[in-house]
Amino acid sequence: MSVPLAAPSIAGKPRRIQEVPQIMKQGWLTPWLYLAPALIVMTTFIIYPTLNTIYLSVRNINGTDWATAACEAGQQCWGLLENFRYALTSPVMQIAFFNNIVWILLMVTSCVVLGLLIALLANRVRYESVAKSIIFLPMAISFVGAGVIWKFIYNYNPSGQQIGLLNAVVVALGGHAVSWLTTPQVSTIALIVVGVWMSTGFCMTITSAAIKNVPQDILEAARVDGANAWQTFWSVILPTIMPTLTVVTTTMVINVLKIFDIVYVMTGGLYNTDVIATRMYQEQYNNFNTGRAAAIAVVLIIVVLPAMYMNLRRFINEERGR
Amino acid sequence: MLRLRQFVGELPIHVVLIGLCVVWLVPTVGLLVTSFRSFQDVDNSGWWTVLSPPTGSAEYQQACASCHGSDGRLIAKADLSDPNLIQNFRRSFTLTAALKQPIDGKPHMGDIAVPNDQTVANIATYLRRISGIDAHPTFTFNNYIDALVGYRGTSNYVTDCASNTQATDMNCNLTDLRNSRGMAQAFVNSLAVAIPSTFLPIIFAAFAAFAMSWLHFPGRQLMFALLVGLQIVPLQMTLIPISRLYAQLGLNGTFLGIWLFHTGFGLPYAIYLTRNFLGALPSELFEAAYLDGANHWQVFRQLAIPLSVPALASLGIFQFLWIWNDLLVALVFLGAEHPVLTYSISTLVSSLGAGWHLLTAAAFISMLLPMFVFFALQRYFVRGLLAGSVKG
Repeated sequence: MSVPLAAPSIAGKPRRIQEVPQIMKQGWLTPWLYLAPALIVMTTFIIYPTLNTIYLSVRNINGTDWATAACEAGQQCWGLLENFRYALTSPVMQIAFFNNIVWILLMVTSCVVLGLLIALLANRVRYESVAKSIIFLPMAISFVGAGVIWKFIYNYNPSGQQIGLLNAVVVALGGHAVSWLTTPQVSTIALIVVGVWMSTGFCMTITSAAIKNVPQDILEAARVDGANAWQTFWSVILPTIMPTLTVVTTTMVINVLKIFDIVYVMTGGLYNTDVIATRMYQEQYNNFNTGRAAAIAVVLIIVVLPAMYMNLRRFINEERGR
Repeated sequence: MLRLRQFVGELPIHVVLIGLCVVWLVPTVGLLVTSFRSFQDVDNSGWWTVLSPPTGSAEYQQACASCHGSDGRLIAKADLSDPNLIQNFRRSFTLTAALKQPIDGKPHMGDIAVPNDQTVANIATYLRRISGIDAHPTFTFNNYIDALVGYRGTSNYVTDCASNTQATDMNCNLTDLRNSRGMAQAFVNSLAVAIPSTFLPIIFAAFAAFAMSWLHFPGRQLMFALLVGLQIVPLQMTLIPISRLYAQLGLNGTFLGIWLFHTGFGLPYAIYLTRNFLGALPSELFEAAYLDGANHWQVFRQLAIPLSVPALASLGIFQFLWIWNDLLVALVFLGAEHPVLTYSISTLVSSLGAGWHLLTAAAFISMLLPMFVFFALQRYFVRGLLAGSVKG
């Protein structure tokens, strides 16, 4: 998920659906011929699987019977929702949920704040485009590539020379080298840093465009009134770009909830770093438990929905506002 | 004076901004430098020491040079540049033992104390280097060659081939580039996945977007709502049914399977973006074309497509990079059958914990194309990201 594509409301200015002029009306069949390839592919690869996943989530381990069949007498059981009992209450999933919350809190805040800071600072210097390119560059790299880059930085050598930059710095400052990726309390944070490194460019680019779009006359008026840089930011720029910041935040939340590659490559979900998406992968492709994996996928879409709704609502408002 | 005050006032801005840029750049620089270092150095010293004297040099100068000379040749009986002699003292424990052994009844090192194990190990490293047992250049292309052919030995491909000790699956000619473990083959596989998976959705999207913006049919509103709704579905939601379906159809591990999946998944956003662009064009343009007697196919091919090239270009770049960098879909639908770059690197990470010289070279190979696209087409890239919305 290296490029945050799934960003409906930043994807483009929504257009009002206008009537087509009379002269351009074609036969009833023509439009459907144009639509057919896309509709067939989307139905097969999105609509059918989504419905099927929901169905599988109430089926058993390999989809041959209802989930109720897995219940044992005397054991706690949620009946048809037995897979959801696992997806919501099992200790491994609780760790995954907790980690995802930590991811959201730390990564989204850091990216949005750093993106805003860099966009503001870069706006005031002559080497703006160079600075922005440097911050943006990691976005072009895959999470896998970034995983290698950072695994090397976090490299830990129990004895002797540290070849990982971070531990070399720690040792040079008089500290003890830390095994960043295998220490449970530290590992998730270490992974989040990689996410921040990769996604700040996205937040910066969107925020920067919004800042450049603050009307010059308002800025001029603020200056005439004697506002200093801080006041201008706080009472002019920030309120103006607030809608953009909201979209950036919700989009980041959606992306972070679906995070998979960084964790898979760097720790494989070990050392308490599992997140929802890696748990789902492991249930399906390591434990071969389709029912549980499907239930986790359904849980994932349910937790993503509120953020999606926020983005959609803004989108619908814009559509109406035309 | 005024300019000076202005400069001082803006100094914090420059310090913070340049500081952040350095922090952002250093990880990639470290990767790049390491990928060009000899593997003997990579595990022994940090990449930031690449321009300083080799490991053990300082320790040697301090502990040994006063008798043996700075090049190790001063004592003819104990010529430290002689590989046959150093062969016996390759490791720190043999060297430490020798240093503790009296020579002609006097301590080997005279008044100097015998150094600790770490220092001796570094000196041993240095002796191996100056004696030619372990001579290696500071910078080398060998890591890239090894990564491209999928070399997994303890030395490097060129050396093994020169001494005819290569692994049984290496032919030491160009056919090694077809080795399924190699990054060369993975690069080709990545292209084979990414190119059709970029063009297919764009073509389908252009058709559908044209219909949705300039053709009349009942249910256009509904269709548009569907399009927005479909963008919500996370990838994870569709993986299980599709891999079960593919297992039945025999599409798991085939290029066709992954092309179709990427096409399906890329389409909602692609149609959405193209439709917004096409729909923003003035309707007079299309009316005029129809008045001139053009039919819908001509309007589509000769008007809509050429005009939407900028939008399609942005879209193409995004889709291409997304697929090139994707791991999850490749892992599920292609796996080891046709390893793509991301897949090969992720297996390399787990199989060779610390083969950093190979990993860094492999990672850089996978980053080459995205970086090129990024620098050459940054304008489209950023435009695709903004897609006109934030400005509106």
